[in-house]
Amino acid sequence: MCLAIPALVVALPEPQTALIDVDGVRKRVSLALVEGVLPGDYVIVHVGYALTRLDPEEAARTLATFAAAGLADVPAKEAAL
Amino acid sequence: MSGVRPDYVRPVDFKHGRVDMSHGSGGRAMAQLIDELFLRAFDNEWLRAGNDSARFAVPAGRMVIATDSHVVSPLFFPGGDIGCLSVHGTINDVAMSGAAPLYLAATFVLEEGFPLADLKRIVASMASASRAAGVPVVTGDTKVVEQGKGDGVFITTTGIGIVPEGVDIAGDHARPGDAIIVSGTLGDHGVAIMSQRENLSFETAIESDTAALHGLVGAMVAAVPGIHCLRDPTRGGLATTLNEIAHQSRCGMLIREQDLPVKPQVSAACEFLGLDPLYVANEGKLVAMASAGDAATLLAAMRAHPLARGAAIIGEVIEDPHHFVQMQTSFGGRRNVDWLTGEQLPRIC
Amino acid sequence: MKYIDEFRDGALAQRLAAAIAHEALPSRTYHLMEFCGGHTHAISRYGIKDLLPANVQMIHGPGCPVCVLPIGRIDSAIELASRPTLILATYADTMRVPASKGLSLLKAKARGADIRMVYSSADALRIARENPEREVVFFAIGFETTTPPTAVAITEASAGRLSNFSVFCNHVLTPAAIANILESPEVRELGTVPLDGFIGPAHVSTVIGSQPYEYFAEEYQRPVVIAGFEPLDVMQAILMLVRQLNEGRAEVENEFTRAVTRDGNAKAKALVAEVFELRRSFEWRGLGEVPYSALCIKEKYRAFDAEVRYGVEYRAVADNKACECGAILRGVKKPTDCKVFGTVCTPENPIGSCMVSSEGACAAHYTYGRFKDVPVVATAA
Repeated sequence: MCLAIPALVVALPEPQTALIDVDGVRKRVSLALVEGVLPGDYVIVHVGYALTRLDPEEAARTLATFAAAGLADVPAKEAAL
Repeated sequence: MSGVRPDYVRPVDFKHGRVDMSHGSGGRAMAQLIDELFLRAFDNEWLRAGNDSARFAVPAGRMVIATDSHVVSPLFFPGGDIGCLSVHGTINDVAMSGAAPLYLAATFVLEEGFPLADLKRIVASMASASRAAGVPVVTGDTKVVEQGKGDGVFITTTGIGIVPEGVDIAGDHARPGDAIIVSGTLGDHGVAIMSQRENLSFETAIESDTAALHGLVGAMVAAVPGIHCLRDPTRGGLATTLNEIAHQSRCGMLIREQDLPVKPQVSAACEFLGLDPLYVANEGKLVAMASAGDAATLLAAMRAHPLARGAAIIGEVIEDPHHFVQMQTSFGGRRNVDWLTGEQLPRIC
Repeated sequence: MKYIDEFRDGALAQRLAAAIAHEALPSRTYHLMEFCGGHTHAISRYGIKDLLPANVQMIHGPGCPVCVLPIGRIDSAIELASRPTLILATYADTMRVPASKGLSLLKAKARGADIRMVYSSADALRIARENPEREVVFFAIGFETTTPPTAVAITEASAGRLSNFSVFCNHVLTPAAIANILESPEVRELGTVPLDGFIGPAHVSTVIGSQPYEYFAEEYQRPVVIAGFEPLDVMQAILMLVRQLNEGRAEVENEFTRAVTRDGNAKAKALVAEVFELRRSFEWRGLGEVPYSALCIKEKYRAFDAEVRYGVEYRAVADNKACECGAILRGVKKPTDCKVFGTVCTPENPIGSCMVSSEGACAAHYTYGRFKDVPVVATAA
């Protein structure tokens, strides 16, 4: 529940530490809870720790699901809500 | 022995010296500090006269007076410091009534042990801001408190100005139908400050937007003398300012989230900390309310000025017996933009 | 912001809203509980209710670890912080929670207690290292998302033989809370609190995975859809729940596939299991004693357990009689059903914790949704 934010890993300055970036805001976070994270990966950050990697393919798939929501069977008047 | 001039006075040690109780005692040490630091930095005819007050003729018209205390921590932050902040802050308070600021007074409460090098830096910054704005610091006062009883330095500035004829700007003048315009991006100052806080440190290039807005206000009033309201959204952010005016003017407001100008870095920093940019302080922005018919003219005048290139109409004043400030979210829903509760604290949940 | 802004797109929201309106059967009402406080906050902040048909109703659950922290535990934290040489490091969320004697951590700080707000458990460790002559206690709160970071702090303190650091552990567990809600007398009585399905927490699930919810779906025959944190995620999850209910299914589905798997984060889970064990029972504000719902520090790491080190005694404190947080946390009542909502109890002067945390149902409604309570909602000319 807790406030966690997807962030891009830009560097690994020290062991178990990642430098992450969100729109130019950078912070060092701990990698103690994840494995095999590399620069270019996106991770979910909570209270200074990376909790998991974010899967870009699944993200794209989810967005596509939103876009396709009921497209086929929604009558015009409801679509104009 | 022969190398020392008879009129030699040991200068204040600004490099390594610290404020001590003698600097506030009214004696020689204090006089020397005032002379070598404040007089030298601000250097104007009133301070040179060496009196306890400054005398000047007052132009005809309605005078306004405003005062502000500055207790910001940290004292030095990206884009500014407590010094220029104190000059800009009071100039802005005066300007928000539509007035042209004339003079400033400045008082300093110094904590025993405060490094003189830092004090010199702060005063230099104030002098520079004052000169750039064309508003001199004509009188002041200094006191010293014991160590532990002050956060380094507290500065209070007071300013006066004259309101031009035909200008009547006040917090209770907003009317249903008025356009609500902000002069630029929101939340820059607050985020710049937060990025320096010890336990919240993150690296970002966001700088405080601290600026003197009287030039901008002058241009706005010249273009639209009938502006209804002006206010600078400092502590508590835009949300607090809008709620204040809604309450004073006994009306409601409806703003649009997608029209709010916010820098991506400020958005990102707020996401990290669980803050809402609407509640984050600004020190170089203003919000204006003017009749719908004047909105386009006012907006153009603002965008023509270097401090308001990013000005935008963000909503309207509406009829509302409950005086709510509401926002159309970029998501399509509607929600209250309420008063700030206490101090906005970062959250993890 | 990547992976954030795309999931807040207004045009897609309209599409999902239309889909939900189309698929929700007019013949019934859907009562969906979002367990997680972060979802409560998102629903209020984005005005998602405006986009739902009237027969799809959201009930706010107790997934706000600050809200469910009993007064007695805050009293203990204040007591610890008030000890002369002690530094209490805490997440800012706890600072305003009302405790006994009109105190809060914020007020205790004003009275001289050395309380420091930190963003991370790592900051608390740093404070301990930088102040070897002081005792540092980290006030650990949160559900399963926040527990692994505490575990890391304890193992690092242990490895570094940091003798002046300990943790006041108040970590609680999501599945136990869900079970308690489903078990509560109001739910078992037919029709009192109809709870048709759950939106499962986002980030808790990245750690524990989707597997633990399968028990609820099966045992209580209610669908669970794990949703991401952004408003589009929430709406998609609502659509998926409506579909399940229409089709008579009671399964665990995962909307947050970009971050949640069935097994979760094995490394984090292992670390938590290394450091913590289950308490037999723990008091939740509003829910009472809930068995096997919270964690304490294992024997192996007892040196870092503040409750043991300082002999912290827990004294249960009853809630203010007028406060309806207990019913609200269970979804039995709405904030506006509470007699003191918005008058005596406001975010400025909270009586109960639902009003303190911005995720609490009462605070969220007061801050974002109050305009709906008035008979005439003002709109632009």
